Amino acid sequence: MTTLPLNLRHRRGAALGAAALIALLLLVLPLAAGWLGPAWVRTLAFAALYVMLALGLNIVVGFAGLLDLGYIAFYAVGAYTFALLASPHLTENFPRLAQAFPGGMHVPIWGAIPLGATIAAAFGVLLGAPVLKLRGDYLAIVTLGFGEIIRIFLNNLNEPVNLTNGPQGITLIDPVRIGDFRFDRTVSFLGVHLTSLQLYYYLFVALAVISVLVCVRLQDSRLGRAWMAIREDEVAAKAMGINVRNVKLLAFGLGATFGGVAGSMFASFQGFVSPESFSLMESVIVLSMIVLGGLGHIPGVIFGAVLLSVFPEVLRHTVGPLQMQLFGRIVIDTEVLRMLLYGVALVAIMLYRPKGLWPAPQHGVAASPDPAPPPRATPRG
Amino acid sequence: MARDLVLHVGGISKRFGGLQALHSVGVDIERHQIYGLIGPNGAGKTTFFNVITGLVRPDAGTFELDGRAYEPTSVHRVAAAGIARTFQNIRLFPDMTVLENVMVGRHVRTRCGALAAILRTRAVREEEAQIRSRSSQLLDYVGIGPYGHLQARTLSYGDQRRLEIARALATDPKLLALDEPAAGMNATEKTELRGLLERIRADGVTILLIEHDVKLVMGLCDQVTVLDEGRIIKVGAPAQVQHDPAVIEAYLGRAHVPA
Repeated sequence: MTTLPLNLRHRRGAALGAAALIALLLLVLPLAAGWLGPAWVRTLAFAALYVMLALGLNIVVGFAGLLDLGYIAFYAVGAYTFALLASPHLTENFPRLAQAFPGGMHVPIWGAIPLGATIAAAFGVLLGAPVLKLRGDYLAIVTLGFGEIIRIFLNNLNEPVNLTNGPQGITLIDPVRIGDFRFDRTVSFLGVHLTSLQLYYYLFVALAVISVLVCVRLQDSRLGRAWMAIREDEVAAKAMGINVRNVKLLAFGLGATFGGVAGSMFASFQGFVSPESFSLMESVIVLSMIVLGGLGHIPGVIFGAVLLSVFPEVLRHTVGPLQMQLFGRIVIDTEVLRMLLYGVALVAIMLYRPKGLWPAPQHGVAASPDPAPPPRATPRG
Repeated sequence: MARDLVLHVGGISKRFGGLQALHSVGVDIERHQIYGLIGPNGAGKTTFFNVITGLVRPDAGTFELDGRAYEPTSVHRVAAAGIARTFQNIRLFPDMTVLENVMVGRHVRTRCGALAAILRTRAVREEEAQIRSRSSQLLDYVGIGPYGHLQARTLSYGDQRRLEIARALATDPKLLALDEPAAGMNATEKTELRGLLERIRADGVTILLIEHDVKLVMGLCDQVTVLDEGRIIKVGAPAQVQHDPAVIEAYLGRAHVPA
């Protein structure tokens, strides 16, 4: 037992070292990717966005055990919230608003992020309230329907009042601005030129790091334990005095918050949103990220999100040219191949690593450092 | 002399379709008692248990815990009011660690919310430290202190029972309600369980025990209620109950009643 503090100190040192290394890597990565081409920086920025999405969905599915197939709806809500508040769309369609905001609506980031988060959280609770009693497959079907309803609303709310501009989507969305600092221009900093893409990358990574911190803290809290208790055994959780209804609603609300923030960032990054970005396929991909990485295990979830968001880009840059070389033409479109490989990967995961590529460590008797086995050897039953 | 009652329930009736599961059943449990509830299969023990813990809504009944009326309308409120229960077929949180299982039990006696947890305020850190130290104390108390870091599912059967009791104690209950805690235990484990329950009583927690094992009930309980077909057929000290003709008849049939 005397070795424990020393062991802990050693571990803390190792963790600090690893964190420093990761921080350095995250800082340098976009510069390196910049050499390869802007598409790679863009992919990395999206990877950071997907990390946020995956962490948010992980609260609902991984921590609280509530299967949600419509998560992308909250991403859409966040994106459209920002799009409406920071584009000429509303002032063009509603003369009253144009009078109120003669210079157009340009909500800054410190207004847009909390607002996107709050509205998405409200939608999360809105979805959560009617499905409190549902579990498993039934819950999955209802959430899937919810995701589709949001998308269909966005697609059709261009009349009688033009709120979302229908399938054309909303354009001319403001880039992120913090004070006078704009993210849509190249800046020079200590002799290093940073493109707009690289700036966005840093912003998204910063938000992703905050998300990780929030998730870790929630996981290790009283609330995190309550979520896991509900996931493991809802009846026993109730018997421990956990108000299952409130705790589930909190999971839906907080999970949606992450989607909302990621969505508002997406809208400003793209400068354009349309309903087709928020299809069921996107929900499925985010879910695949956390299942593939390791449901409920934060490092696994991050790993899964990065892997699945970088993978298509890698595929595009390798398989396309390879096919050209081998056959002189593209035999299988990379998009088709990507879906095929996703399917194969998920089946393989289910078969060989059902807890994901990087699951939470198991603390079984076999792995126990305790030399004395439990004295009472009793058969189960 | 006024009795110091922890649980005072009466007139509880419950009908499931055509079956009257409980006919105006009530018990009075005094402080520091181990109170036994026995009866043959289908007597209504578990229904009674589920009613007082809020899992099943009664058709009628009055409920008082520690001198205060409580409404058994939802399970989590009953737990907050001060009745902690265990389950006949153990219900732990199997993939959480042993320590975390007990820490969940502290949920109802702690306050910090989501925002405080995200900001990790001083109050949260202090509360977490308290939850952790109290929970490991309870693990030591029930005798599974060294296994705190293991996953609950890896414990032996007897230790899972102990963990369930530790988790229930973590809610600071006024009444600890145990649903057949000795089920599936061997003789050694039963002896150990008995020691643990006596210790819990000595430390000031009142216990309601539903049990099939008549020997355990007779040796441990201060007061026993016998249920049969949804009615109370006898209340009294174990020695009285044991020789009551109605009780013998309920368990063994009329032929066994001494003439």
